[in-house]
Amino acid sequence: MNLVLSRDSIHTLEKILENELLCNGVEHAFIIDTAGTLISEGGKLPMEDILPLAALSAANFGATEKMAQMIGEKDFSLLFHKGTNHNIHFSRINKDFILVTLFGNDVAIGLIRHGSNKAAEKIIPILTSQEECLCGLH
Amino acid sequence: MAFIDMKRNEIQAKLVYYGPGRGGKTTNVLHIHKTMSRQICGKIVTIDTKGDRTLFFDFLPLSIGKVMGLSVRIQLYTVPGQVLYNDTRKLVLRGVDGVVFVADSLKVQQQQNIESLRNLVENLKDEKISVHDIPLVLQYNKRDLASSSIPILSHDEMEHDLNRDLGVPSFPASALKGDGVYETLREVSKKMIRRVTHKLRDGNY
Repeated sequence: MNLVLSRDSIHTLEKILENELLCNGVEHAFIIDTAGTLISEGGKLPMEDILPLAALSAANFGATEKMAQMIGEKDFSLLFHKGTNHNIHFSRINKDFILVTLFGNDVAIGLIRHGSNKAAEKIIPILTSQEECLCGLH
Repeated sequence: MAFIDMKRNEIQAKLVYYGPGRGGKTTNVLHIHKTMSRQICGKIVTIDTKGDRTLFFDFLPLSIGKVMGLSVRIQLYTVPGQVLYNDTRKLVLRGVDGVVFVADSLKVQQQQNIESLRNLVENLKDEKISVHDIPLVLQYNKRDLASSSIPILSHDEMEHDLNRDLGVPSFPASALKGDGVYETLREVSKKMIRRVTHKLRDGNY
């Protein structure tokens, strides 16, 4: 499967990340697919850090999915890693896409969860319509 | 999954180095990282064990130029070659756009090469990809050992074992010395980009 996103669609995704997450103090937010492809992003980190983070986030999600299956769950739809100063929140948008949020201790986790849910609701129709209309096949 | 971002005018594609354990997949990627300019090559990530065996994967993003006005970014991944890590290999293969199969020229590795290729075919099938459709290149690594006393497989033996049904491009290499690393990467990248741009030209997008 291949995915093509128009300039407008990417712009809309960036706006969603901005309005639901970045304007609440999030350091960086990005959308990836389960293969580790970076779909859209916004925030303070340089691209050279975001690309490896995208690959590792997809791998992290994939690994915990296996753990979930071993205990009788389909997957864990939400992951949270807490650091001393920086934290990462992962939430599944749908079966193919993941939303990753990096934030400091000055932002409440509840706000991240709420913003991620609201963002995911708005992101799904954009990515789903692109998949249906524009995908080539392997 | 190749992803085309029309805002950044960029194509992203995923290339996976596959093959038996200790065959030289990571050595290929390390050589590319060591020798390519920083403008082309991003940060490398490796997740390995204390014994330098790949535990999860290696990752290296490359920006390799422009095609049809679109910048091309290829994300290189390796898989762990050890037999028991098949779940991890399947995970890394998700959304793959091209494969380099790194075979080990050591005679004692003959069966492992064949089994690893069979494993690749099976795992691709699980991703609903035929090995005959995906851009694939074979690399016969460790050819530098031909000058040593260690028994190695001949080029013809490796072609017979691995490539008689596939008929894909194959390259002799010594990843440790860098021989054949770029020839392999160039060929598989060409095949991957050709495949994406054909679809673009045909209006499949």
